[in-house]
Amino acid sequence: MSDTLSRTPLYSLHVELGGRMVPFAGWEMPVQYRGIIEEHMAVRKTAGLFDVSHMGEARVRGKDAAAFLDRIMTNEMSSIKPGMARYTVMCQPDGGCVDDLIVYRLNENEFLICLNASNAQKDLAWMKSLVGRFKVEVIDECNAWAQLAIQGPLAEKILSLVTSLPLASIKRFGFLTGEVGGASGCLVSRTGYTGSAGFEIYLPAASAEKVARAILTAGQPHGLIPAGLGARDSLRLEANYPLYGHEISEKISPIQAGLGWTVKFSKPEFVGREALRRQAEGGPASSVVLFSLDDRRIARQGAQVFAGDTPVGEVLSGTQSPVLGKPIGTALIAAGYTGSSELTVDIRGIRLPLQIAVEPFVK
Amino acid sequence: MSQVPAELHYTKDHEWVRLANDGTATIGITDHAQAALGDVTFVDLPKTGKTFAAGDVFGTVESVKAASDLYSPISGEVIETNAALNDTPDLVNREPYQGAWMIRVRVQNPAEVSSLLNAAGYAALL
Repeated sequence: MSDTLSRTPLYSLHVELGGRMVPFAGWEMPVQYRGIIEEHMAVRKTAGLFDVSHMGEARVRGKDAAAFLDRIMTNEMSSIKPGMARYTVMCQPDGGCVDDLIVYRLNENEFLICLNASNAQKDLAWMKSLVGRFKVEVIDECNAWAQLAIQGPLAEKILSLVTSLPLASIKRFGFLTGEVGGASGCLVSRTGYTGSAGFEIYLPAASAEKVARAILTAGQPHGLIPAGLGARDSLRLEANYPLYGHEISEKISPIQAGLGWTVKFSKPEFVGREALRRQAEGGPASSVVLFSLDDRRIARQGAQVFAGDTPVGEVLSGTQSPVLGKPIGTALIAAGYTGSSELTVDIRGIRLPLQIAVEPFVK
Repeated sequence: MSQVPAELHYTKDHEWVRLANDGTATIGITDHAQAALGDVTFVDLPKTGKTFAAGDVFGTVESVKAASDLYSPISGEVIETNAALNDTPDLVNREPYQGAWMIRVRVQNPAEVSSLLNAAGYAALL
């Protein structure tokens, strides 16, 4: 990785809005503007606008595009209808995750794929290495696109003030292309990473600032505020969405992460199929659980989990849930202990009981 | 810009000390420290009666982002802790120098105060 941090097209807007800029996945991004809790609650109650332009994009096109993606992704790609998107994982042969992605089907032979910022170049190289005889092109479009996410119960109302696209007609994981905030060539999908309603907007990088300002201006009277990566993390954890490098990684498979629903064994062949099938049938050695604590201390990444005095796992993510008013997190727990009612987590030498949650805290 | 009240003494770790004229002192964290931490969710404070030497960890302040140790700027016995921080830890963000004092200590060695930074010295670090 290079030593210099990349900046999104909205860098100067973040600074103008008082964003505290921090390094994240090779990018200089706003972790917060006025406060993580305030931004979090705006998304739950009104709306928040996130710059997610650090995310990468790949275009896959050609006669074999659908067949190629069926081969390299765990979920079924050939059955996505044009105008719809699908969440999937891309695995290594051993079942570890290369990345988790959202795949948009633009037309019969063309897909746009959203890549995690930290994995974008790795993903592109991985996809290209698997092309082989497939009649397909894998094109790096990371620099062409900016991305905004408008999330919250008022997101649709606010976005409708700056676009004539019929937003109400967009189904969950559906998308439309057209003009937003005076910029043409935008893709608007009903997707998100917060557990609240909302949209993600892919837009030409050169138009990003104009569109972001238009949305902020239109949304301000309705309570829309800019939101940073800090709130994005606490929001996604309340909704139990995985973050690459935490709940999924090259070491943690989709089966372990509770993402078995994205792995379609009905497909005859895809990268990782045999390893994942063994895990699904025999049960993985460890799996990811969601938990809360009845305490004020936050169990953070790396904190050890015990059953009695036996170490049985460790925390993968941890934060304070603004909605619950208590700490929540995820942990990787050894098989046989995930249902235990006697799990504790060590926080600075204090063992606190850990409550396993069976449902996300926000749905 | 962060506030740095002139009448307080400071550490380079961003704690402040307010000396009273009865041989006690209150200790908290600076405006700069609370801003860097972000939303504070919990302040873990010691029991009264405990004694700390200058530089000892006397507690932890936890924000959404991170947990940070609190270092005692001077040596002393804890004679009171700020119970208000139990229910309203966000006082640390709102009133770092007033409502969010953390511990009151009986000062053991007044000479230690001279090794702390004054407001100008602390402001120069920010």
